[in-house]
Amino acid sequence: MPESLPPDSVGLVTPQSMDFSEPLELECGAVIKDYTLAFETYGELNSDRSNAILVCHALSSHHHVAGYHSMDERKPGWWDNCIGPGKAVDTKRFFVVCSNNLGGCHGSTGPASLNPVTGDPYGKDFPDIVVKDWVRSQSRLADKLGIERWAAVIGGSLGGMQALQWSIDFPDRLAHAVVIAAAPRLSAQNIGFNEVARTAIKSDPDFHDGDYYKYNAVPASGLRLARMLGHITYLSDDSMHAKFGRELQEGSPTRGYDMEFQVESYLRYQGSKFAGEFDANTYLLMTKTLDHFDPAKEYDDNLTRALARAQARFLVMSFTGDWRFSPARSREIVRALLENNRDVVYAAIEANEGHDAFLMSIPQYLTVFSAYMNRVAGEVNKV
Amino acid sequence: MSLRTDLSIISNWITPGSRVLDLGCGDGTLLRHLQDNRQVTGYGLEIDDDNITRCVAAGVNVIQTDLDAGLSDFHDASFDYVIMTQTLQAVHYPDKLLDEMLRLGREGIVTFPNFAHWTNRLQVAIGGTMPMSKTLPNPWYSTPNIHLCTVSDFESLCHERGIHILERTMVNPDHSSTLCNNFMPNLLGKVALYRFKRRNNQA
Repeated sequence: MPESLPPDSVGLVTPQSMDFSEPLELECGAVIKDYTLAFETYGELNSDRSNAILVCHALSSHHHVAGYHSMDERKPGWWDNCIGPGKAVDTKRFFVVCSNNLGGCHGSTGPASLNPVTGDPYGKDFPDIVVKDWVRSQSRLADKLGIERWAAVIGGSLGGMQALQWSIDFPDRLAHAVVIAAAPRLSAQNIGFNEVARTAIKSDPDFHDGDYYKYNAVPASGLRLARMLGHITYLSDDSMHAKFGRELQEGSPTRGYDMEFQVESYLRYQGSKFAGEFDANTYLLMTKTLDHFDPAKEYDDNLTRALARAQARFLVMSFTGDWRFSPARSREIVRALLENNRDVVYAAIEANEGHDAFLMSIPQYLTVFSAYMNRVAGEVNKV
Repeated sequence: MSLRTDLSIISNWITPGSRVLDLGCGDGTLLRHLQDNRQVTGYGLEIDDDNITRCVAAGVNVIQTDLDAGLSDFHDASFDYVIMTQTLQAVHYPDKLLDEMLRLGREGIVTFPNFAHWTNRLQVAIGGTMPMSKTLPNPWYSTPNIHLCTVSDFESLCHERGIHILERTMVNPDHSSTLCNNFMPNLLGKVALYRFKRRNNQA
């Protein structure tokens, strides 16, 4: 809990939501009749509506990107180090929007929402969602907010992939795409990790084939395991060693089965925290969406052709210690952009923090990000 | 701000509207200048973090990469010019990189410090030490310049590799160009500038 709000914070923020009554046709063929998107905004839209930035969130994240919901909130939004007055995405110059993706569990319509046809939660009947669907649903949000064209669409990890999809699906609706710690599609290893996480959830007896809502149950042990595994893959061997080493938890016996390393306690804590706040069906849906992301697929697996439509200018960033979305994967995106003669800047940030580096205040990362966004701000009118 | 003489000579070599790849583009000064004055498009490759930031601030398309790791991300003949200023002597395989430059570009442009400049010769011959100067500021043990060469060396490499030299200019440490250093380039020229292309009968 902050005693007072830091001067470079967007301050206290209130989540908003937008209802959409026009049916959304999904890529899978299903139609969502009406839906709600939860979102937050920071900063002010300028008079010609040219300074809007869309932030796309990562797998298990949400629309609370910056600032505090209340003075009791322990931590600010998940990308508070990059978004705020004077920060890389400067809210004195930009109007920043982030929405919770469709299928989410933080206010947007998702598996836990009531299905208007049955009156029960959607559960496992919530339709398959792909990144294209998210982009289309966000374009409708942009319409309602009166934003014809984003100054930039920005995201890390799955959010970066969503920014990439934006550049393909609505080439004239964004001036820049900032794609951080992303990949053009997942590797088999990555899909493998996601499948282990899904199996943990589905094999939890409290899962009830996705209908746990009506049993008032939560597949908490499955979610916990999924999160613990995910967390290990978001860090690196180096960063885990630096953070925990082989230190024992305070009060732990030094031998026997009750002995507890700090890393064990940390993972268990993260797992439990996650299980208490995230919906299991949303986790299954989001990981599937991530697994299926592959814009090159409909172009004979040719990413260059997939990106031929893109008109945006790109900033692509990767982190050297990120083994889950390695720099080589970002280079695939860069290469396809080069082959299309697109404007692109690529920065390979030296960092040991693993995949989570994109959330951290790594000086070179923030410096490059700020320098780029400063150029973007120079292209739009002042608030 | 006036552009260094070597950079303005290069600029004069470039046909307006060309596509340019700058290997080891530093802070992006040359590319920015070429974008503004020669309406070029293209990319700079650079490895140093601070230079990446400066390129971004200058609005230059920069790709952070190690030239020694190769240029396989680029297609054959995708540029009009591939430029490498003051970098040839610092890469692991200068000969292969020259070939790569002409795989990617119609013409290549390089600049490098001429190791056979008379002041360097004197330092070795009389002083018995590795030369140090304004263009070679580092001591031998910590220099990035692992493949220093002379004007004669470079020209014989070009000959061997089927590279046709189109233009050569020599400039002084302050990057001014005089008649004198173009008269006996290998002895009197401190910095060498070359524009070259693949000899016609060689693919």
